[in-house]
Amino acid sequence: MDGILNFLQQLINGLHIGSIYALIALGYTMVYGIVKLINFAHGDIMMMGAYFAFIGLTMIGMPLWLAIIFSMILCAIAGVIIEKIAYKPLRSAPRIWALISAIGVSFFLENLFLLIFKPDPKPFPPMNIKPIRIAGLQISGITIITLLLSFAIMIGLDIFIKSTRTGKAMRAASEDQGAASLMGISVNKTISITFAIGSALGALGGILFAVAYPQIDPYMGVMPGLKAFVAAVLGGIGIIPGAMLGGFLLGIAESLTKGYLSTRWADAVVFGILIVVLLVKPSGILGKNTSEKV
Amino acid sequence: MSLLEINNLSVNFGGIKPVKNFDLTVNDNELVGLIGPNGAGKTTVFNLLTGVYIPTEGSIEIDGENIVGKKPYKIVEHGITRTFQNIRLFKSMTVIDNVKTACHHHMKYSAMDGILRSKKYKDIEIAVEKEAYRLLEIFDMEDLANETSNNLPYGMQRKLEIARALAGKPKLLLLDEPAAGMNPNETLELMETIKMINEKLNVAILLIEHDMSLVMGICQRIVVIDYGKVIARGTPKEIQSNKKVIGAYLGAGA
Amino acid sequence: MIKKFKKSSEATQAAIVFVATFIILFAGIQLGLISSYQTGIIISVLINISLAVSLSLVTGYLGELALGHAGFMAIGAYTAGLITLNINLSPMIAFPFALLIGGLITGLMGIIIGIPALRLRGDYLGIITLGFGEIIRIILNNLTITGGPKGLSGIPKYTNFIWAYWVTTIIVIVIFLLMNSRHGRAINAIRENEIAAESVGIPVAYYKTFAFAVSAFFAGISGGLYAHYLTQLYPKKFDFLYSIEILVIVVLGGMKSLKGTIIAAIILGFASEYLRRYAEYRMIIYSMLLIAIILLKTKGITLKSIKEMILKTLKKNKETSTIEGSE
Repeated sequence: MDGILNFLQQLINGLHIGSIYALIALGYTMVYGIVKLINFAHGDIMMMGAYFAFIGLTMIGMPLWLAIIFSMILCAIAGVIIEKIAYKPLRSAPRIWALISAIGVSFFLENLFLLIFKPDPKPFPPMNIKPIRIAGLQISGITIITLLLSFAIMIGLDIFIKSTRTGKAMRAASEDQGAASLMGISVNKTISITFAIGSALGALGGILFAVAYPQIDPYMGVMPGLKAFVAAVLGGIGIIPGAMLGGFLLGIAESLTKGYLSTRWADAVVFGILIVVLLVKPSGILGKNTSEKV
Repeated sequence: MSLLEINNLSVNFGGIKPVKNFDLTVNDNELVGLIGPNGAGKTTVFNLLTGVYIPTEGSIEIDGENIVGKKPYKIVEHGITRTFQNIRLFKSMTVIDNVKTACHHHMKYSAMDGILRSKKYKDIEIAVEKEAYRLLEIFDMEDLANETSNNLPYGMQRKLEIARALAGKPKLLLLDEPAAGMNPNETLELMETIKMINEKLNVAILLIEHDMSLVMGICQRIVVIDYGKVIARGTPKEIQSNKKVIGAYLGAGA
Repeated sequence: MIKKFKKSSEATQAAIVFVATFIILFAGIQLGLISSYQTGIIISVLINISLAVSLSLVTGYLGELALGHAGFMAIGAYTAGLITLNINLSPMIAFPFALLIGGLITGLMGIIIGIPALRLRGDYLGIITLGFGEIIRIILNNLTITGGPKGLSGIPKYTNFIWAYWVTTIIVIVIFLLMNSRHGRAINAIRENEIAAESVGIPVAYYKTFAFAVSAFFAGISGGLYAHYLTQLYPKKFDFLYSIEILVIVVLGGMKSLKGTIIAAIILGFASEYLRRYAEYRMIIYSMLLIAIILLKTKGITLKSIKEMILKTLKKNKETSTIEGSE
């Protein structure tokens, strides 16, 4: 009985961190779907999200819900600005230039926040929510809120993509930018909106991460960002349900590794999953193989 | 034994068969045309021939040897080179470097030879330089040898791609819509060039073209493909009056 | 005399420049005009030149983003260091031997990692090489033979100006000779158009791995130089940050230009040394540089084009002043 309880506990932990990875992975996958670029700086947007919320909470005295909205809006704007300055001019340039630019942005953000906030980690204000006990399992309130919020957002995003005009425009532009623009879709606007939404989701992921692990520093986005990227690839890069699936799978894998092996191995397992996926089926679980026209 | 023998070639892309039970033969020094409406599968045949796609059925034999499953660069060693529908030059390299690069597989010196500038290196590089210039002369492009290939006008870029394909010393040259985007004068010039390559350089040619004046003007034989299958074969005269061919191009009921 | 210089072949020109620079610097050091502190900076710059030039093989000429270069450097550094720490031969034999073995082992790792990794495209290759770089660092951090986090120390200080200068010069020359042979043309062709390259008979997978392995080989040798200069190795130093610093040099140098890379390494090397008090801002400036250079490239503005513009303007001024002078 104990063994099963332990296992379930690990599963729940896995779902918790998994939903955070899923939120961040959504940002990666949406951007990749539409501009075929891995936004290296996305993990740092997650970091910015945590810092903006931190500012809202501690310096302005906002309640949590307001800090979240405040941070998400700021990060959405930041995402749009980054796209316009560092990625848009490179849309028709060789891939490697855009990748280098993205690395530049990532470094810039990290070092900017390093300069402003200094490297020492800042404590994120604790959320005092009582845990729930169900049949011997302890589920923290934070876990529940994280899961509920993540699911709500994902369902909302799904509806948005499927039913609204903007959502359809995003799907069209992901398939074929040329055709989309011929159909009257403003590709630039659609790309900006994609970056805005992706960054906002990343910000939310960062805030939920900071709530769960209440210490923020300028490099906090690097590992979770990398892991969320692995999640996006695992589920199928460019495919929105793939990001969600990958996020949860990865979170559970990491949690089980931490629970049954050791924390040190957890990072290696995540990276190992990346290597296996890229070598066996780079298009991911839900992905299809597309090839270049010769 | 024919130079190229394709038997019952098919390829399946997740349910779609762009090429079905395709047969084709090309003999030494022949000039054969492959025509058909858009989307008929012509470039797919080329891609299958050059190893870009692997067929699900059938065989491709060069001088009797089956090359199915071989990688594209290996197929060059068997004597097939090609040009592309959308020009694929090495844009930032010079004209002559584009040609020299295509001589790669018959320049047999090692990296060490290159670094130590051995006699083997020098001899081979000098020979290849001569060879490359000779090829450019055939196309009247020797003055442009050191131009960046991306700066050439469109018609010249197409000619360069052909020169590059010839540098590989092929027995069979595949030309994919070589006249695309050319005006009537350029097309006439191209026809002369292709005929000359075929007759003087003893290279068999299989060409895809939409420009009927070119196809009917220089091809000895024509194969017509539609929806992935061969629908007619014959001399230009026979093809011109073939009802099936006319129907394929103009639609049923024409 | 300048006219004579301009007329002679490129190889002679290069030889003259290399030898002359060496003589000038060496004399300066021997005569005490160049302090030992400054000599240290020169040696660091030389090591960075060979690191950057080796990276440019993959990222500049082949055109593939490789983000684990520091990892390769580390393998070479530790291998060479362990060799000299454990064999008892005169430095004239032990040092080049250690450097060479360090390079070969690193080159071998380049092949092992390259064969699977190079099947991937751009973005993914970057991430995987980043990952491998990190894995190498983590392994070095956890092995007892490499001293773990405490690292390796007491490595004999064999790297002096002469060694650093000539090893670097040889690396530059070898890469130049390689890129101006059919192998170099093959690598360039793959960058330009992979499908076309394969269609003209170039075994693409082979050459990608080849470029990667050669790049790793030279990174390993550079690491060996580094190890015998600093005499202490910590795994922490060979992280992603270092890989990026070298990438910045390659990008600033114009990606596929040996001359440019060398100049960039010199500029950045001296800049970060003499602007030390701004060290806090260094990474921010590097990151902005990275983005700025790439953006300027899209507008066709590169170091090369700036140089050509300057030369053009100088030529014009010369002509106008000649006309004015003759009136």
